[in-house]
Amino acid sequence: MTTSSAGHATRRDFLYVATGSVAAVGAAAAAWPLIYQMNPDASTIAAGAPIEVDLAPITDGQAIKVFWRGKPIYISNRTKKEVDDARNVQLSSLPDPQTDQQRTKDGHEKWLVVIGICTHLGCVPIAHEGSYNGFFCPCHGSVYDTSGRIRSGPAPTNLPVPPYEFVSDTKIKIG
Amino acid sequence: MSGHSTFEPTNPVIKWIERRLPIFGLVHSSFVAYPTPRNLNYWWTFGGILSLMLGVQIITGVILAMHYTPHVDFAFKSVEGIVRDVNYGWLLRYLHANGASMFFIAVYIHMFRGLYYGSYKEPREVLWILGVIIYLLMMATGFMGYVLPWGQMSFWGATVITNLFSAIPYVGESIVTLLWGGYSVDNPTLNRFFSLHYLMPFMIAGVVVLHVWALHVAGQNNPAGVEVKNAEKDTVPFTPYATIKDGFAMVCFMLFYAWFVFYMPNFLNHADNYIPANPGVTPAHIVPEWYYLPFYAILRAIPNKLGGVVAMFSAIIVLAFLPWLDSAKTRSSRYRPLAKQFFWIFVLVCILLGWLGGKPAEGIYVIAARVATFYYFAHFLIVLPILSRIEKPRAVPNSIADDVLAKNGKKAMASIAVMLAVAGALFAGSVQDARAAEGGPVPPSEKWSFAGPFGKFNQPQLQRGLKIYKEVCSACHSLSYIAFRNLADQGGPGYNAAQAAAFAEEYKVKDGPNDAGDMFERNGRPADRFPSPFPNENAARSANGGAYPPDLSLMAKARSYDRGFPQFLIDLVTQFQEQGPNYVSALLQGYQDEPPKGFDLPPGSYYNTYFPGHSIKMPKPLSDGQVTYDDGSPQTVAQYSKDVTAFLMWTAEPHMEARKRLGFQVMLFLAIFAGLMYFTKKKVWANAH
Repeated sequence: MTTSSAGHATRRDFLYVATGSVAAVGAAAAAWPLIYQMNPDASTIAAGAPIEVDLAPITDGQAIKVFWRGKPIYISNRTKKEVDDARNVQLSSLPDPQTDQQRTKDGHEKWLVVIGICTHLGCVPIAHEGSYNGFFCPCHGSVYDTSGRIRSGPAPTNLPVPPYEFVSDTKIKIG
Repeated sequence: MSGHSTFEPTNPVIKWIERRLPIFGLVHSSFVAYPTPRNLNYWWTFGGILSLMLGVQIITGVILAMHYTPHVDFAFKSVEGIVRDVNYGWLLRYLHANGASMFFIAVYIHMFRGLYYGSYKEPREVLWILGVIIYLLMMATGFMGYVLPWGQMSFWGATVITNLFSAIPYVGESIVTLLWGGYSVDNPTLNRFFSLHYLMPFMIAGVVVLHVWALHVAGQNNPAGVEVKNAEKDTVPFTPYATIKDGFAMVCFMLFYAWFVFYMPNFLNHADNYIPANPGVTPAHIVPEWYYLPFYAILRAIPNKLGGVVAMFSAIIVLAFLPWLDSAKTRSSRYRPLAKQFFWIFVLVCILLGWLGGKPAEGIYVIAARVATFYYFAHFLIVLPILSRIEKPRAVPNSIADDVLAKNGKKAMASIAVMLAVAGALFAGSVQDARAAEGGPVPPSEKWSFAGPFGKFNQPQLQRGLKIYKEVCSACHSLSYIAFRNLADQGGPGYNAAQAAAFAEEYKVKDGPNDAGDMFERNGRPADRFPSPFPNENAARSANGGAYPPDLSLMAKARSYDRGFPQFLIDLVTQFQEQGPNYVSALLQGYQDEPPKGFDLPPGSYYNTYFPGHSIKMPKPLSDGQVTYDDGSPQTVAQYSKDVTAFLMWTAEPHMEARKRLGFQVMLFLAIFAGLMYFTKKKVWANAH
């Protein structure tokens, strides 16, 4: 392809440049569906719709695991002590400062809902383990407290809180 | 790929690599400096087109394999999942399925070109034999690929073709069992066919490298059939001359390809393959894909199992011996007055065989197939050997340069015209649907809003059709490929997400197990599919007098009828593809209370004018005024039938509107691109003359 440097672009040069450009546009347009097809398909997206979880069977101090969009979600019915532990913390001492209030819903402070995926490299932490009795990741030793906040170990951030809301006092909708 | 490299790199990086791995020199000598005869016509562009098609098939195939499941329970479903749910899945599948046909169209033109111009003659025998090997590999690959969707034709094609090997004496049965990995075509067969279907294109690519290597050693043949004498006068460098010419031909070929992909994606397919594989029922007429039909005709022409199989394979193997069967010194048929005529007779016989392969094996067709089979072999074993001894060829030009000077522009145009005619005739001969002598009148062609290149679904009609499905059909027929969320899809009945959710809410869906391990019922959600009226096939049969009401999701594509010889060629141009809807609508209106005199209607059956064999187990489903329309449309059987059929066309082809829309953009782009390529090619070649 000749892209003439000087000012005397001939008609032939223009034709070559035009043809080459159209070919390049065509190649790019053809590549798009070949790559875009890897995104989640319609049935996967539809299956990722919000789920409802009944909290009634979860007893005091119990944590259950449910799945939403293929991710494990911990729903923890925290004891008074666990809530107090989470709230009586010097924020400045946290690697990723967040209050427990920010991580729970008003009026439902005993309920902690977090995505059970360690923010280090994606393992599933174990509930009610570790020195803060919150979550402990067995892969590389990250320790989370009863609010799911990172306290020590290689994980950079707190366990994320998924989008959810209380449909009633004993039922939440995740997603 | 041989040593006439003049490649002298100046870039130090390329120099450094080149001293250690002379890959740039290899590419340069093979695809840039490589001398090509000046007088090549457009028939010589099909080698490049074939490389393009191999690339398209490998790329789309690798992608389809990301979404496909090679298991008898999931193969058909996963293909439907690709078409319905995967982003651009419909495009990828139709590119791949039609790509196979385009690949074979190109290879047949390429082979006939070789036959006409004597491209198999000394010193190109190995080049030719490698081509025959590629063709055999293509046939095996195409066959295994056709099995993967696991429809009725897939299953029965696999059964029939693998059974060919049972004709081998003594060990045949053991070989067939080995191929199947079981006692019949089943899951192990599908699994290994998938594995091999993925492998073989790469084997083809490997042999293509050898083919191109051999080509570059011997040099290209050319229409005059004389060897290059003076490289300066007789040849032009591959780049830019052949590159731009091949490129222009490729773009034109893509236009042809896109016509099928976007506007008639199922024209070359069989409606039966939209019925999931059923090991208990063979389709009334089973035929292979069109590109195997000539050989299928030869197989059936021989009234002996082993003989038929031997004849069929011999018909391909004989090509490998062609360089020695035809010993004439003159290569090009252009200078062989007799060979030229026999070539065209041979082409016609091949087309005739293709046409016969699609006809039922009975009566006059069998006799014609035997005559044509005899002639097919006679051409190679009798005609060509005799011709090469007795024929007096005309004088060939002294050199390629002389041939170029003698030629005028009209020839090239004539060449293109013949090319198109042959391509058309190949279709005429082969795409014929064999569902011919089924009996019964042909359904009338109705006017459909979705017909033609700009056809769209009529949203109110789809909504009425959905109502009829819900109130009438769903009592017996499932619609299991459709989810409630689809009702809100673009190009569908035009509901919004909330309406689709509310619609789903009215259904009870089985879910579970719950914490106690029990299954339970809950209200439908958008992600759920329409629930089936019966828990399983046996329950459905027992409630319907032994008949199984088929799933309706694909019904409008799974039924067809023969359009007859000239008509289906016209359909190719007018983009008629509404056999399915015409049939479904006609069937719903085709009930007669009293069968005609002399027709023996079995008990529990009903007489239908359009149902094959007329005796149908489904009672007349629709009657006037049965379903209430809110929009003032006539509440008649005719209107109901049309509405529910339109709805079923949408369930069968939910992305039709997106397909036609993208098709228009692609066609427009390719047309502009082809124009630019044409003028660029003219400019480039202006220097050569």
